[in-house]
This record gives sequence, C-alpha cells and structure tokens, in this order.
Amino acid sequence: MTTHPGAIDVRGDWTDTANDVARRIRARVLELTILKDGCYLSQALSSADVLATLYTRILRLAPLDGPLPSEPFTGVPGTPNRSPSGGRFHGAHFPDGDRFLISPAHYAVAIYAALEAVGRLEPGALESFNTDGSTLEMIGAEHSPGFELTTGSFGQALSQSAGIAFARRLRGETGRTAVFLSDGELEEGQTWEGVQAAAFYRLDSLMLFVDVNGQQVDGFTKDVMNVEPIDFRFAAFGWDVRVVDGHDVVAIAEAVEAKVADGRPLVVLAYTDSARGMPYLNANKPHLHYVRAKTDADREAFEQALAELKGILA
Amino acid sequence: MIETQVHSRNIVAWAADKPEVVVLSGDLTGSTEIAAFKAAYPDRFFSLGMAEQNMLSWAGGMAREGFVPYLHTFSVFLVRRPYDQVAMSVAYPNLPVKLVGFLPGIMTPGGVSHQAIEDISLMRGLPNMTVLEVGDAADVESVLDVAHGVNGPVYIRMLRGALPRLFDSPMELDRIRHLADGEEVTLFSSGICTEEAIRARQALEAAGVTVTHRHVSTHKPFTDPAIADAIRAAKTLVVTVENHNIIGGLGTEVAERMAEIGAGVPLLRIGIPDTFAHGASAAYLMDKYDLTARRIVERIAATLGLEVPIPSDIGNTDVTIDVGAEQLEAL
Repeated sequence: MTTHPGAIDVRGDWTDTANDVARRIRARVLELTILKDGCYLSQALSSADVLATLYTRILRLAPLDGPLPSEPFTGVPGTPNRSPSGGRFHGAHFPDGDRFLISPAHYAVAIYAALEAVGRLEPGALESFNTDGSTLEMIGAEHSPGFELTTGSFGQALSQSAGIAFARRLRGETGRTAVFLSDGELEEGQTWEGVQAAAFYRLDSLMLFVDVNGQQVDGFTKDVMNVEPIDFRFAAFGWDVRVVDGHDVVAIAEAVEAKVADGRPLVVLAYTDSARGMPYLNANKPHLHYVRAKTDADREAFEQALAELKGILA
Repeated sequence: MIETQVHSRNIVAWAADKPEVVVLSGDLTGSTEIAAFKAAYPDRFFSLGMAEQNMLSWAGGMAREGFVPYLHTFSVFLVRRPYDQVAMSVAYPNLPVKLVGFLPGIMTPGGVSHQAIEDISLMRGLPNMTVLEVGDAADVESVLDVAHGVNGPVYIRMLRGALPRLFDSPMELDRIRHLADGEEVTLFSSGICTEEAIRARQALEAAGVTVTHRHVSTHKPFTDPAIADAIRAAKTLVVTVENHNIIGGLGTEVAERMAEIGAGVPLLRIGIPDTFAHGASAAYLMDKYDLTARRIVERIAATLGLEVPIPSDIGNTDVTIDVGAEQLEAL
C-alpha cells in the first residue's frame, strides 16, 4: 500500500498503529460533529478500537494503489448509471482474502474515518459527508465507502453475510467473512434466524464483531429491551463466543487469533464505552444516539476534546 | 388435458445445465413440488427452515456471489412476512433472486394466514421487481426461462398439482396471450381465472356478445402495446378477472393503462372485493368471489343490462388443449 501525507503506515508496530488509527477516527468524527453541527459521534467513540484493529491487524484485504476518491452518487442499482459498490474501498476480492461487511449503517461516519485513517479513502473526501449528492451519506448504503450491503434496516446484514460466506464455501474459497454489528440489532428477530442458520451450516469462516456499547436511541439497552446475557445466547446457539474489552486492541486481535476451525462461527463481543476519549459526554448518557453541541459550554468542551485528541496524534 | 407435477418435472430437467441455480426451501419442500429437485441435485438444495426473513437476506448474499437462488415456499411467506427483506436485501440491489410463491389468492383451504390476496400489489410496488403469474401447464413450463432471463429479482405466482393446458406456446416476458378477438367486451384474465374466463367468453359469444380475450402472465412490466390495442377494441366494457384483491393487481394494472391512453369505456373489476377470505374449498371460494365461469357471465351480463343464457354444465366444459407428446416435448 502506498501512503500519503497524514495516512498511517500499517506496516509498523501494529498496536501503536491500531491505537493511532482509533484516535484518528475519534478526532475526525468529533471534528465533523462540530463542523456539521451534529453527527453519530458516540458510535465512533465506542467502535473506534474495534474498527482500527480490524483494518490494521485482523483483516486480509487487498491493498489499493492509493486512497480512492469518493465519487458523487450517480444512481441506484437497476439503473444504467448506478453508483459502484462501496466495497471497492476494501480492495479486490480474492479467494483466500477476507471480506468485511458492515451492518449498522448509522456507523457510516466511523467507517469513512477509518478508511481515511488507513489510507483507503482520499484525504478531504469526508468534507462531503452528509451533503446532497455525496455517497458519504449519514446512514450509508452499498454505494458508500466501505459498504457492500444495504443494511440500514437492522438485522439483515448478518443473514446476507452468512449467505455470502456460504456461497464462498460452496465455491471452495478459504477466506473469512467478517461482519460488524451493533448490540441494538440483537433485538431484531432476524438476527437470531441468521445466528441459527450460520450455526446449522457450520460456517466457521464467519466472524461477527459486536459493538456492545449498551445504548440505543431511547436509552440504555438494558432499559429499552434487554439483550443480555449475550454470551450465553450465542453459546446456546452453537457459536464460539469471546468477550473482550472493546478498547483493548490486543484483546480484540487475540480473540480472533485464538479461533480454530471447529465448525462454530465466531462472535467477538466487544464491550465498549460510548464516551471513550471524550468523558465530557458521560453527563448526557444514555442519550447519545445523535450528538450535537447545544450550549456554549458544549461547544467549548467539544473544541477542548478535539484539541486533546489531536494533541495525542501530534 | 389436465396434468400434475408439472413444475416438479420441469425444474429438474431445466436446471440440469444450470449449475448456478440453487433452490432454497422454507420447510415446504413437498408442498412446493421441489422434492424431486432435492433428490436429483442434493448439493444444490438447501433447507433454510421456517425463517423466511433470514432466507430472503441469505439468498441476497448468495446472489451477490454468483448463484441464482430459487426460493420455494407459499406466496404469503415470500411476500407478506419478509417484505422489508425482499425490499432491502433483494430488490434494492437488483439481485437475481427468484421467488417462487405457491398457493396464490384463494388456492388454499388454509384460510387467511395462507391466502396471498395482496401479493401482486405489494410486489408490483417494488422498483426493480418483475412480477409473473402462471395460468396453465405451458406457463409453468416456460416461466423459469422467462424468470432466468431477467437480470434481477422476479416474483412468480406459481401453481401446483392438477393444471389445465390452455396454450400451445411458451409464455414471454411482457407479452399478453391472445385468446379471442371481438368488438363489444374486452376481457383480461390471469392465473387460474383464465380457464374460467374462456368458458364465460363462450357463453357470452353464444348470446351474441363478442369478446376480445387476453391472458396476462406478466403483471410487471405491463407495457405490451397489445394491451392498449385490446383496451381500444372494446366498444362497451373492459373486464378484469383475477384471483387477487381488486386493489393493486390486474384490475389496477388495466385501469392505469386505460387512464394513460384515455380509454372512454367503463371497467368492471372482478376479483376479491377488498376483503380477507377464510378457509374453504377452491370451488366454494371461487363461487363466493365471482371467479367461476357462471359468476363471470352473471357479472358481465348485469353490467351490460343483458340477459345471457348460461348452460347448466358451464363449469364442466373442457377448454383445455391436447398438444400431443411430440409438441409437449418441444415446449
């Protein structure tokens, strides 16, 4: 992979690299939250370390010649001028390579920031985030950078990804299929249909990463619709379950490296903090689904947090 | 002639040279005439259980990787239950997933939970979706070719069990079948209603009411120029007969075309009159919802203000054709 100014060289010490990428994701999304007067910030704060570990350590993705530009939206599938798949930011598919599929489309900005941080999305492309005509939509779809699937209606990506993993196995491919999920989606019935079918077909090439930040639009998940005990639930369905600190890049990577091919799909339950890197937001928990600065005090605190995150990078 | 297990035999022969074709079953393998396929191609048959939402999205994933999944279950379980999955995992990405839905409309004694009376309406409303319906053995034998030729999702309103053979040629995408030409009334029928509509037409013609009759096997797209020609042929009345709610199906399709071309004749929509049905025999329900030959004639005659004699044995008139073994092979 060629690098560009500002991009991380992923060949260095991997934990330093992963932690730097995570900090860049947080800083970039906070910057956009200030610039755009609101963003899905808490999702980026909770998932940054998982995404950074996936992109810098776990996933075997084909390298790109350089960061790709984000072309404007041209058309939906089924029309002559459809936008190309956002999967191109993950490189060309190859039989023993990994695929990375994103379920919670509300995490799109975190994905865009991650792609920028690892040199797969052109620097500056994020300026078009959530502007009319851009493919960097606030809630991504399969034309958005990093997205192969259209998944904003929750619970469908795991089933689609299992279908992809199943088809790859039928074709004799040995690569893994990784899926990123948010914990709120565990409330959807279809999620458990997919969990059931993946176990039934012994899809041990499937890896599921769940950002368990414990909150959703209406409040804490435990108060809105409890999904715990998540580990017991997956284990009872026949999955190989790992519970990790979702901000510990070593723990996240080790959970994957310890996996043996035993027929069981892997789920990594990454327990996270939706105010990680920006403790000022703790006062607003659990109402962090969409974060914006409302008062002068907020604005000052947001600028201060951004300076701190950027200071760490400097 | 009346034939049985048409789809069962056809798909086994048809899929022999199509390794990309896989069948996904929702725990209704015998009930959807796909057991012979399972026996013939066990490595291309996959059980997804009673979990249709997952099955739809799973099929989308497989289609993205180059397979062409043919999903087999009852229409209600392909349309009503997993509609969002059809829309987002299949229709939006325009994937070649083929939905083979059985027991359309009131073709089941299973009652309201099993009766797909709004499936055409819902599927027609989805961009990228092609909607087909079979009415006889020739339609069943050719519908897979039509569906496979569409580079995108297709919903097939399929029939099982004993079927009449009404046509001697394969169905074609977006082409209505020409059954008769007349001047007074134009009659559009689809699915199981066409056999009854042929009988009804014969009674009308015997009474001096000439009829243009067309069979619709493609609900979407619905752009065959012959549709507008048939509408314009009617001097006094256009009639639709369908095994579906009169809202959103064939009656609506024809009404839309009539409005678009400024047709100046009334439209009579015969079908399920915006009501849920209940469990009973097909004969009972077809009579109740005016889908038998006798009822079709009565409705048209009443609309025209005519007395039309109805033969007492109208329901037993054989309107099927016998094409012979050689031509059957060619179909």
